[in-house]
Amino acid sequence: MKITETIRPDELGFYGEFGGAYIPELLRPAVEELTNSYRSYCFTERFKSEYLDLLKNYVGRPTPLYFAKNYSQKYGTKIYFKREDLCHTGAHKINNTIGQILLAKHMGKTEIIAETGAGQHGVATATVCALMGLNCIVYMGEKDMERQSPNVQRMKMLGAEVRPATCGSKTLKDATNEAIRHWINFPDSYYLIGSVVGPHPYPEMVAYFQSIISEEIKNQLREIESAPPSKIIACVGGGSNAAGAFYHFYSNEKVELIAVEAAGEGLESGKSAATSILGSPGVIHGSFTLLMQDSFGQVTEPHSISAGLDYPGIGPLHAHTLSLGRTKSIPIRDDEALNAALECCRLEGIIPALESAHALAALEKLAFNPEEIIIVNLSGRGDKDMNTYQKAFQNL
Amino acid sequence: MNPFKKTGKSVSIFITAGYPKKESLTEQILFLQDQGIDFLEIGIPFSDPMADGPVIQETSSIALKNGMNLAVLFEQLSGMKEQIKIPLVLMGYLNPILQFGVDSFLIKCESAGISGLIIPDLSFELVEKKYQHSFGSSKIPLIYLITPATSDSRIAQIAQLSTKSFIYLVGQNKITGSSYSLSEHQVRYSELQLLSNGVPLFLGFGISTAAQKQEASNYTDGVIIGSAYLQALSKKTEEEFLENLLS
Repeated sequence: MKITETIRPDELGFYGEFGGAYIPELLRPAVEELTNSYRSYCFTERFKSEYLDLLKNYVGRPTPLYFAKNYSQKYGTKIYFKREDLCHTGAHKINNTIGQILLAKHMGKTEIIAETGAGQHGVATATVCALMGLNCIVYMGEKDMERQSPNVQRMKMLGAEVRPATCGSKTLKDATNEAIRHWINFPDSYYLIGSVVGPHPYPEMVAYFQSIISEEIKNQLREIESAPPSKIIACVGGGSNAAGAFYHFYSNEKVELIAVEAAGEGLESGKSAATSILGSPGVIHGSFTLLMQDSFGQVTEPHSISAGLDYPGIGPLHAHTLSLGRTKSIPIRDDEALNAALECCRLEGIIPALESAHALAALEKLAFNPEEIIIVNLSGRGDKDMNTYQKAFQNL
Repeated sequence: MNPFKKTGKSVSIFITAGYPKKESLTEQILFLQDQGIDFLEIGIPFSDPMADGPVIQETSSIALKNGMNLAVLFEQLSGMKEQIKIPLVLMGYLNPILQFGVDSFLIKCESAGISGLIIPDLSFELVEKKYQHSFGSSKIPLIYLITPATSDSRIAQIAQLSTKSFIYLVGQNKITGSSYSLSEHQVRYSELQLLSNGVPLFLGFGISTAAQKQEASNYTDGVIIGSAYLQALSKKTEEEFLENLLS
């Protein structure tokens, strides 16, 4: 892996004005220990070989860069899907949990905690904990536990304890608060965060572990095409799959980077999760970034049909690149995402996750010329969304 | 001069502004001052209080539902300035302050006669890097937390920044309202007393009884009580609670 050609935060974890570690003193020793261990271990040859070996033989990487012929025909351009949906556990989330679990193991940790919204990160964490023989506690909003009950069952089968977050709105942001509180109370545990959010060094570290996505895209594309991609499209909740898909292309200004956000029922509806459009700068979960909040600085509850995008913040790396204009944001409504999901099933025989369906829906909003190379990061598969799809498409 | 320095030990109470009722703050300040409390911490409610246990989470969320916010808080304080005889400290997470505007917040604090600010998610490194011209150059001192795990050199740095206020000693690495035994940490506490270099050291997070208050007086300049008082307040047994505590 190369890390030289990408955006790195400064010493205190700031990407421009965004990022940092806004944490209580109680967490400082644990965060410092994590930062030091990450710096000293995760760039060694030993780490890299273990990490890459697991990605290859356990996760099933490299994932295909698939030329979507029928999509290309429909949109009159060349469209490729990066098939993260084919990863073990069904989404890109496991790239990060593999990296962090190796770090946790190296640090001698025995208890892993995680937060989860849709349950994908929870499942990916429970999976690597089972693999490494470590204790796993996953915090999940009480409301999400009902919405995503199959994933709760998967985590339990994998041996994790799932604890409901019963405070606040009982969703992902509250599960994150609970996981942070647990970490304060048990600083010897390892907090395995699932996205490019939270205090430094998490955004940097998670982006690094997900950067394998763009590294592969780069290598795979070189064998098929003579030019770099013109556009890379990825959905953004906290933004880990987008960070991974964009990572090695940030420095190439010719590559347009498109972050697709969940507009929920519409930007004006009051039921949206389009943070970069509706949010403003502030502090959430230990990071200065863009977040959805009221005029008094209270974090507001987002809405998206996709639990994975239902988060009121966005990673500081994305806040930074959006503010620079390096990344462009496109909002997609719930109904548009559902249509895109169905289109993907019918055109390519792939049932995408609802999150990834948002990225696919952005194709409708863009104009292309035939020579362009478009990459859509298909971050996850749709098995976990069958309940939602069943309700939406009951008249098929 | 340091308003938190006194001969003898101090007792401080933390209350959440806007709890149990939107208008409770005024009444609570006067009541606690009459009871002989030495200084007060007024909590600014926040939707996502990550270092707080269930009691303060609950009081914050009720306060927010009651319509408490910084504008209301300052309005309530300005109406009673003449009646307040003890130092007041505002304690809250950074985000509501950022949205209010740091400069206007500091001006309002000054005119309300606030003696110190506790912002748990704002370290002195961040103040130096990001807020030197606002928090860093304000007359109102920032009060920093330390824990038994905070390094000696960091405590020395914090002590230097705290000559006009105090150091908030978090008794153990636990969120607010957790129970614990003081004596487990007594060796460390004695060291901290030396490191704080004359800056008052007040112990909080998990203090709930007169016995703990008594024990704490061996190592510190006083105690701060939050969750236990708020719990009494919710049961309307606050008078009894204070009577036991202060006897």
